[in-house]
Amino acid sequence: MRLKANIATSENGFIFNPSTGDSFTSNGIASEILALMKSGETEEKIKQKILDRYEVESFQLEKDWDDYMQQLKEANLLDL
Amino acid sequence: MSAFLNQKQTQALTIAVTGLNANDNPGPGLAVIRALRAGFNADLKIIGLAYETLEPAVYLRDEVDKTYRIPYPAAGIEALKTRIKHIQEIEKIDVLIPNFDAELYNFIKIEKDLLEMGIHTFLPSHKQLIQRDKANLKAFGDENNFKVPADDVIFKASEINSSAEKLGFPLVVKGKFYDAYTVQNLSDAYNAFYKLQAKWGLPIIMQKFIKGIEINIAGLADGKGNALSVIPMRKLYITEKGKAWAGITIENENLIDLAKNFANATQWKGSFELEIMCEDNGDLYIMEVNPRFPAWVYLTAAAGQNQPKALVDLALGNPVNEFQGYKVGKMFIRYASDNIVDVEDFQKLSVFGEL
Repeated sequence: MRLKANIATSENGFIFNPSTGDSFTSNGIASEILALMKSGETEEKIKQKILDRYEVESFQLEKDWDDYMQQLKEANLLDL
Repeated sequence: MSAFLNQKQTQALTIAVTGLNANDNPGPGLAVIRALRAGFNADLKIIGLAYETLEPAVYLRDEVDKTYRIPYPAAGIEALKTRIKHIQEIEKIDVLIPNFDAELYNFIKIEKDLLEMGIHTFLPSHKQLIQRDKANLKAFGDENNFKVPADDVIFKASEINSSAEKLGFPLVVKGKFYDAYTVQNLSDAYNAFYKLQAKWGLPIIMQKFIKGIEINIAGLADGKGNALSVIPMRKLYITEKGKAWAGITIENENLIDLAKNFANATQWKGSFELEIMCEDNGDLYIMEVNPRFPAWVYLTAAAGQNQPKALVDLALGNPVNEFQGYKVGKMFIRYASDNIVDVEDFQKLSVFGEL
């Protein structure tokens, strides 16, 4: 899953889609994931970084990951 | 843009503007004036042309230097011509920018008379005005491959039932010039019909409801098939009257192409606004075409394409190149404010027709 190329994100979690004018706010970990996605990291590497950095079980991460990707998809932020 | 200024623009300009009704269903006048002041700095005198004594921008004396009342469009072109001639003897207006749909027919009619008086305009033709009229929009769209929602132009309340059956609910009931109601049932459709008939007359347009994102496009075209400026804006906050109270500039090549195609298909001359509904699948429907600047046109200046200033340049015969690029993510957020005015000012405008 890749973020659309023109999506603007900021360190404080603000997301702006210049094609539609939609904007969103996200929490710390969500914006960290977005930053990693924007930098071109693969899904596997991002997940590994999250597992290394936070106290989370991999099954829980998988579940939350799927939820988050679904949200990004519904928000029209992913290049499908 | 590179506009080459001629001799006229090295002197102070006097520009007359209508549409000073900066209320909850705002005319574009005040936004046009702000853009002109931003574009021409101090070298500008603004003459307000008002129909009513309580048009709010009349009393914003930092924006409008002098205001004259003018006759309502229904009074006809002779009354308008006589009044403008009187004003011109005093003010020496260089350019006049009408901002109401309902007054455009008359101003286009007296375009040559205005020029003889020394007043320049940059207006569409009557033919162009009729082409984009709400009652003709669907046929115009079909002829030129623009998506326009199915509609029914009706003259009698008894036509509502068959129209609703054909188009289904929800349904948009629109006035001839302004105002629209989205209705869910026949009872509301009848109410909307009578309200709009009382306010704007007939016909009433029944339009199929399209679900999507509301986007407006402000454009300026040269009358030779070229759109010189196109700024798309996503509505972020919409009032009960369907007006954008906040909006943001967006980037979308399909929207820009649509506006360019419109200017080309119509050979549009002057300012225009396309009201667009963008469906989830990306289909763009033209809901309305307004033959003038929108009330949010100051955003075009803020985004780097000052359309009112460019229109003045065009009216004066100065070359204006196509604008390239604009700031995406520029927002406007409208606000309401109470301006304190002495009754003497109100009295002057009421009694003498001038302030």
